[in-house]
Amino acid sequence: MSKAFVRTEFHPDLPPPASESGPIAWLRHNLFSTWYNSLATFFVLYLAWLVIPPVLDWALFSAVWEANNYKECKAGGTGACWGMIDKRFDLFMYGFYKAEDHWRPNLAIIVFIIAMLPVLFDKLPGRRMCAMFLILGYPAFTVALIRGPIEMSSFNSTMGIALWVVAFVAAAYWGHHNAKKFNAVQSGIGYAIAYIILFIVFIAWGMGLTPTETDTYGGLMLTVMLAGVGIAVALPLGILLALGRRANSMPIVQMLCIGFIEIVRSVPLISVLFMAQFMLPLFMPEGIKFDNVMRALVGFSLFAAAYMAEVVRGGLQAIPKGQFEAADSLGLNFYLNMRLIVLPQALKIVIPGIVSTFIGLFKDTSLVSIIALADLLLVAKQSYTDSNWLGLEHTAYVFIAIIYFCICFSMSRYSMYLEQKLHTGHKR
Amino acid sequence: MTIETVDTQPKPNLLNDPKVRAVIAQIVVVVLFVSFVSYIVSNTAVNLEKLGIKAGFEFLGLQAGFMPTSPNFNLTGFDVSKDTHLDVFYLGLVNTILVSVLGIIAATIVGFFFGVLRLSSNPLLRFVAAAYIEGTRNIPLLLQILVWYFAVLLALPGVKQSINIGDMFFLNLRYLVIPAPIFEDGFGYVVTAIIVGIVATVFMVRWARKRQEKTGEQFPVVLAGLGLIIGLPVVTLFAVGVPLSWDIPALKGFNFQGGVQVISQLTALFLALTFYTGAFIAENVRAGILAVSHGQTEASYALGLRPNRTMSLIVIPQALRVIIPPVTSQYLNLAKNSSLAIAIGYPELVNVFMGISLNQTGKAIEIIGMTMGVYLTISLLISMFMNWYNKRVALVER
Repeated sequence: MSKAFVRTEFHPDLPPPASESGPIAWLRHNLFSTWYNSLATFFVLYLAWLVIPPVLDWALFSAVWEANNYKECKAGGTGACWGMIDKRFDLFMYGFYKAEDHWRPNLAIIVFIIAMLPVLFDKLPGRRMCAMFLILGYPAFTVALIRGPIEMSSFNSTMGIALWVVAFVAAAYWGHHNAKKFNAVQSGIGYAIAYIILFIVFIAWGMGLTPTETDTYGGLMLTVMLAGVGIAVALPLGILLALGRRANSMPIVQMLCIGFIEIVRSVPLISVLFMAQFMLPLFMPEGIKFDNVMRALVGFSLFAAAYMAEVVRGGLQAIPKGQFEAADSLGLNFYLNMRLIVLPQALKIVIPGIVSTFIGLFKDTSLVSIIALADLLLVAKQSYTDSNWLGLEHTAYVFIAIIYFCICFSMSRYSMYLEQKLHTGHKR
Repeated sequence: MTIETVDTQPKPNLLNDPKVRAVIAQIVVVVLFVSFVSYIVSNTAVNLEKLGIKAGFEFLGLQAGFMPTSPNFNLTGFDVSKDTHLDVFYLGLVNTILVSVLGIIAATIVGFFFGVLRLSSNPLLRFVAAAYIEGTRNIPLLLQILVWYFAVLLALPGVKQSINIGDMFFLNLRYLVIPAPIFEDGFGYVVTAIIVGIVATVFMVRWARKRQEKTGEQFPVVLAGLGLIIGLPVVTLFAVGVPLSWDIPALKGFNFQGGVQVISQLTALFLALTFYTGAFIAENVRAGILAVSHGQTEASYALGLRPNRTMSLIVIPQALRVIIPPVTSQYLNLAKNSSLAIAIGYPELVNVFMGISLNQTGKAIEIIGMTMGVYLTISLLISMFMNWYNKRVALVER
């Protein structure tokens, strides 16, 4: 009688072979899978050995951290001269903005960050309120804070003040009256005019601070200001231009919008800035003078608006036609259709595009240094041509490159995070 | 009876008719626009009169009286003793086109290389590609141009201590000097051979495609094409006795004699534009390759195509459809960004014409208009090409 062998207990699982698991396997599969892959790996390692030690040496070990002029830097070590950055830090950050007023841009940026946090990360409360504040309150607050009161002749006479008050009351009443009648367009216009009047009054009052001169603005503060004002003007203007470009029933409006967008997009920014610099003063009637910062802001904002218009148009095109038709069949007029149906969807789609346009804008602010505005780049250039700090271009350039990189890189990461969050539905 | 009710309906307010509204809105816009333009024009006229400037293009015929470029880098043969502002314009245009074309070619190569590298299976290579792309994309181009010029090229040794590369190339802080080709009699044959080779290749490709459609047999198109375009001219070159020699630069006194001098400004601008635009092109290439779904590759394998034919027949044609449009707009950006040369003094259009000529003549409107017109034309040409290409490769759907 033969005996059947039946296995009653299983052999315990063996660990995978050493060559197929753990770090060694990872190395084999990724770094040394083929002969040319191994070659590439060794080449990169050689490159790293060639590049990293001298860079670290320059930036840290041979660097001079305290110095009063370039001679002390040369004597102290062969590396970077961070002492210069330390001594000129205020110039890099604020330009020639008065030292006792530095708290003003600081406060503006702190308020911005605090208000921005709930908007960026939806786990925090108060998102709606913060967004409203950023759109409506913050621009006036910052302009007043940094610029101080702006002299306006109409506020000097009782007659002028009375006119402003009457205009404000009339606009607000008109807006309120039409809102009760559900006339969205007219109430919108009324409230907008009332808001603009409030804005003007607020920046004319300037929160009672001392006024500052725009030609003292500089450094990172000016860079951020240019980018901020650029985006604040470009976004609404860009939306209008994009809507105008798609208005098939109004061919003349369409033509004007297309013309503006295409012309501005096909010329270099520097020529737009030159135009603002040389031609804007010619366009203005006698007596109205734009200072340099204002001219750059005008050119810069118009340039940004054309790019923003194309981004927004991309979003509008992505909205299916059924959405427009459904809104029409509900009896919504154009304004309500846009405000309630189309723009919320379209803008949500293009947020990553807006962020990347903003990154481009932020980098493009460096061009104002060519028309002699003391932005971050020009401050760096002035630093290494200063007789005290001659020949320190490496230190100056590396310092501002790090600033630009940190700001742009973090924004691009945030935009990628947003893209992932918004595109959950289409992921494979 | 029912007809009556229709008749008694109140006539709709004319203002509620969308068509009427559109017309009214447009009239308002036109009136606003025209009055805005005429306001600006009248202001400008008043301002110009006050400044004593006459509008018009007569200044183009006036002698410029300044040397817009270094004497060793004078592509149009600018003669300071008699040439006009129009010649300055021409010189700037040629230099703009020169750096744009060089930059576009180099940026394409750099971009495709790093785009593919970023998809490598080797994490170290991926990291190198990512570091390059993120590093250059997030730092302003103007800063990169200044770094290349002031911190890299101006840190090179002087003319007398030039870096000698194989006794042919010499690099110093002012320029890179390279041997210049000298064409002797009979070089025309070689040029003819190149043209014949290209034309023959075009016909060969057509013939090969037709033959494959008819018989299914393939013809080694790439090999034969290379033979025609490169082999034929090389053979001709030797057949007519090499009518080509090189003008090798040599240091004489304080300067180099012979060869072509590539000024540092051009080198710096070229390097900065190449690496900056290359990083953007690399991202486009990566996105394009990732956009071809993996199913396409698998289907191609299932049909029995080998990996290299899968690549050349399935993946690359589909990826190019996604890659080409954004890359063309990068080319356009590169051409526009070449205007940043004004910061380092490379004699291109914006620098010499919108910078120096404008300062000398004060004709802001005319000069800025002409300069913008040039860029507008370039951009229209590129976008026309792009539309043509898009139509050619667009997906044909049901």
